[in-house]
Amino acid sequence: MSTSSVSKGCFVFKPSAKKKKTLSLADHFIHGCEGAENSEKRFKLCQDLWDQIKTDTEVLQDELNRNILDSLLDFTRKCSSTRQHSDWASQMRASEIPTAALVLGVNVPDHDMTFQSLSDLLQQSVTPYVASVQAKDLITIFCHVHPLQVLERLMGTVVTVDDEEEEEAEQTSAQHHKSVHCSLSTLCDWYNTKTKKSNTGTPGKKRSSPVRDGPQQPPVVIIFKDLEAFNPRVLQDFILICSRYIERLPLMFIFGIATSPSTIQHLLPHSVSSLLCIELFQSLSCTQHLATVIDKLILTKQFPFKLNGKVMQVLISIFLYHDFSVRKFIKGIQLALLEHFHSQPLSVLCCKKKEALLNVMQLDHLDLERIRHLLSFKRYVEKQEPREQVDLLTDDTHLKEVCQKLIKDLHKYHKNYYPILRCLHTLTSSLPRYPLGKQIRELHLICLEKNVWESEDYQSAMKLLKMLAKDELIALLQRCAEILQPAKSKKIKSALVQLEDMLTKFKQLDSKYHLSPPESQVLNEVCYYTSSATVRRHLNATPRTSIQAALNSPFYYLQNDRLKTEDGTVSNAAPDICIVYKLHLECGRLITFTTDSDNFGKVDEVKHARFIRAVSELEFLGFIKSTKQKTDHVARLTWGGC
Amino acid sequence: IKHFQTTITCNYPSIFIYGHRASGKSHVMHVLLKELELPHATVSCVECVSVALLFEQVLLSFFGCDAASLLPRSASLSDFVRIYRQQCSQSPAKQTRYIVMEKAELLRDTDANLLPALLRLQELVEDNVTIILLSEIVWDKFRPNTGCFEPLLLHFPDYSKGELHTILSQDRHPSYSDEFYSSYINILLGVFYSVCRDLRELRHLAALNFSKFCEPLEEGKVKETDTHKLWRNIEPHLKKAMQTVYLREVSSVQWEQMQQTEEKENGALRGLSAHTHVELPYYSKFLLIAAYLASYNPARTDKRFFLKHHGKIRKTNFLKKNEKTSNHLLGPKPFPLDRLLAIFYSVVDSRVAPTASIFSQISSLVTLQLLTQVSHDDQLDAPKYKCAVSMDFICAISRTVNFEIVKYLYDFL
Repeated sequence: MSTSSVSKGCFVFKPSAKKKKTLSLADHFIHGCEGAENSEKRFKLCQDLWDQIKTDTEVLQDELNRNILDSLLDFTRKCSSTRQHSDWASQMRASEIPTAALVLGVNVPDHDMTFQSLSDLLQQSVTPYVASVQAKDLITIFCHVHPLQVLERLMGTVVTVDDEEEEEAEQTSAQHHKSVHCSLSTLCDWYNTKTKKSNTGTPGKKRSSPVRDGPQQPPVVIIFKDLEAFNPRVLQDFILICSRYIERLPLMFIFGIATSPSTIQHLLPHSVSSLLCIELFQSLSCTQHLATVIDKLILTKQFPFKLNGKVMQVLISIFLYHDFSVRKFIKGIQLALLEHFHSQPLSVLCCKKKEALLNVMQLDHLDLERIRHLLSFKRYVEKQEPREQVDLLTDDTHLKEVCQKLIKDLHKYHKNYYPILRCLHTLTSSLPRYPLGKQIRELHLICLEKNVWESEDYQSAMKLLKMLAKDELIALLQRCAEILQPAKSKKIKSALVQLEDMLTKFKQLDSKYHLSPPESQVLNEVCYYTSSATVRRHLNATPRTSIQAALNSPFYYLQNDRLKTEDGTVSNAAPDICIVYKLHLECGRLITFTTDSDNFGKVDEVKHARFIRAVSELEFLGFIKSTKQKTDHVARLTWGGC
Repeated sequence: IKHFQTTITCNYPSIFIYGHRASGKSHVMHVLLKELELPHATVSCVECVSVALLFEQVLLSFFGCDAASLLPRSASLSDFVRIYRQQCSQSPAKQTRYIVMEKAELLRDTDANLLPALLRLQELVEDNVTIILLSEIVWDKFRPNTGCFEPLLLHFPDYSKGELHTILSQDRHPSYSDEFYSSYINILLGVFYSVCRDLRELRHLAALNFSKFCEPLEEGKVKETDTHKLWRNIEPHLKKAMQTVYLREVSSVQWEQMQQTEEKENGALRGLSAHTHVELPYYSKFLLIAAYLASYNPARTDKRFFLKHHGKIRKTNFLKKNEKTSNHLLGPKPFPLDRLLAIFYSVVDSRVAPTASIFSQISSLVTLQLLTQVSHDDQLDAPKYKCAVSMDFICAISRTVNFEIVKYLYDFL
């Protein structure tokens, strides 16, 4: 993961990194997995599900970006075509470099994907000459040649894909490039030979109609991925140089901007920005992006895997509070998915309905025992008659049958849940002060947590709904009806009838039925991932706490039995730094070495050296700092004792 | 220019030419050297990021690429001189060779010995060569401390209004008459001459607005000679252009599109600076607010703002004499990371775990140039930052999180 774009994810647990070794991936999964018997099946399910989620999100992302990418493509095409016009006005403007300013929002990690698809599209349809530049590639003015080298390298690769004849010619010129320094003039020459060659290669076409065959001179597109991070001087100089060559080389820039377009004015003085002809493109905001992702990925019955309220909450709050990164959100879902299949043996039932029913039949005794221990199942059993209870707890085949029925129920519940949720959302999202939230995800969270019809907000929302004007209400109801149309369940059909009749009744009757929190459903553990603490621990890295944990109880990390101690004491076998850490906790704000090292034990030379090393390690970790008054004095930088 | 031709032929070792931007220095040089068919090399100093690149270009244009490839990978001045002499003995000059260096003010930032050496290059390489430096700055600012050979100074004065008029009239539209175009230029200069004398800018503006000027003509309302009516038509339009296009708020293509669609609604087209809204994650907003407070409040006053029982300390009590001036006039002050975090935790209402993502947000704010790192990159221990956003910006941000920033600012107490 790049370190310069810095909503950088701190994934302690990064499954995608493991995919390098595809062979051992399954072994990894199976190793240390709960309930090893069916782990292979679970692994397969998990991977299938993830692949599906991944492709779906990619498709979604492409769709979301389609508008902006299309307009950008149009822009580049237009630019390259106007260059060939020779009317008076465009001649007067010829010295400007066409520039697209692409405003993408602050979620820098997400941009990579957008730029990747952008440059792919450009290469396919407009020009083979596309180069992306990142700020970290050119830090000082002296690295300036670097972007050009990037450019050349990129073009070199493009060329080698072409004819062999050209390749040869290119190789000679490449040798020439190596000896001399890279500069735009060499690039220019290269470009001219390249385009000339392709022109002479298709002379017939050229004569007949130069425009029809697409631009004869494809533009050279340079993408600046993160404009803000560039050193302004480097950028200015680069643009100045480029503008000197614009007559010979059809250059084009694309600026990726994270904050606001006015940064261009901050970065570039008037003398430089007057060389550019900037057009603005605004991309979708990341919150909208997230809303669509949630809508398509989570609020759908398509995927059997679900997140419970707390996990959702953690993921959403990471998004809103910390980084605005949709990619990280999806990674979070991936982590939850993996954890779920890894730690829950019954997740073998978490798949499509038919498959799940089959899998139920293949459960062995151990698995059935696990089902009997499920909280939701226990509750279900308690409600049954005594004879049935005995049957459920002892007879395996009977249990299997019941399980099948329960799985069916669960799927039915999901089928009904989402349309009704959407209905309720349409009804309440336009109410003043949004008693049930503005976004559907808020409503979803409420529903996941408790019985929504018992909450005060729900009551007030209903009151407000009753006060709505008639025509508004009818419009809302119409939209609800539209949402419910495709749903085939009988219950919803009846709800539809009721809906058309009477609003209030519909609400009280229906939401109770379908929007009950998933915890009340039997066997919900199969599909719902609940461990929010794990997700939080993995996604929210806390370096400080883990260091302190390591120093306090080295056993936790070193897994050496000798280090196990009772609370508050230090084992003699613990590493030096742990002992020094404990000692420093016992001292006040200012610590002198002499007293400290006395506590450490008898002073001989080796021990003294070990002590000094431990102290400097502690200083490196930022717990203490040397004061400038005395050489053997250190100040404590943390509060609180043991 | 005549006078110039005589000086240039008199083979002085170095000539220094200065004059404002777009006063025709490079153009004159270019045309002159082309016309007289003198051997010359034109180098832009912006382009030559390293000295080696400069040498290479000079050698390339004088002796071809064979000579240029003789230069070692990181060539020094002596390498250059050596190869130059070697080449020059093979092909002795029949005429004076000229090296024209544009944007010569950048030479001041290079090695201290480069400029003096270039000025006496004639002696060094023992060839008939003349260096011509083109600059926007006067020679007095160039002169190195150690002293050097004084070049021949030449000044290009700015164009007068009349001269601008003649130059601009030259690139007239092919389908209109000379007089018509020159009357248009006259009007244009009348509007813009008071704010802008840059030839390039004026040319740009002339090109953009000409189609609008011709509009009534094409509709057949007025004749070419009826300048007064044309003036009435174009003047408000030009004034609008002065506010937008001249500042590059609106790009030329957009301006043309606007002219074509003829939208009367104002604000349909928003300039670049109109988009200032930035969306940030929740904690980033608070981090930025904390950074702003740390930058504009004196550290002593933190106690008063962020402690619950600070007692009743009045502003006058801790007002030092030299602090009478507003901190906002002095600009942001640097602050250490610790202070930023301390303020952050007291500003955010909920408990926030000190996770890595908080720290990474700080660095992403730096990448977005909302904060700037003051201390050196290498200093890992206690880095210092400055807040780089404006008052308006931070007010807008704090409004979105319901935080009354003015209450916490020392200047507004």
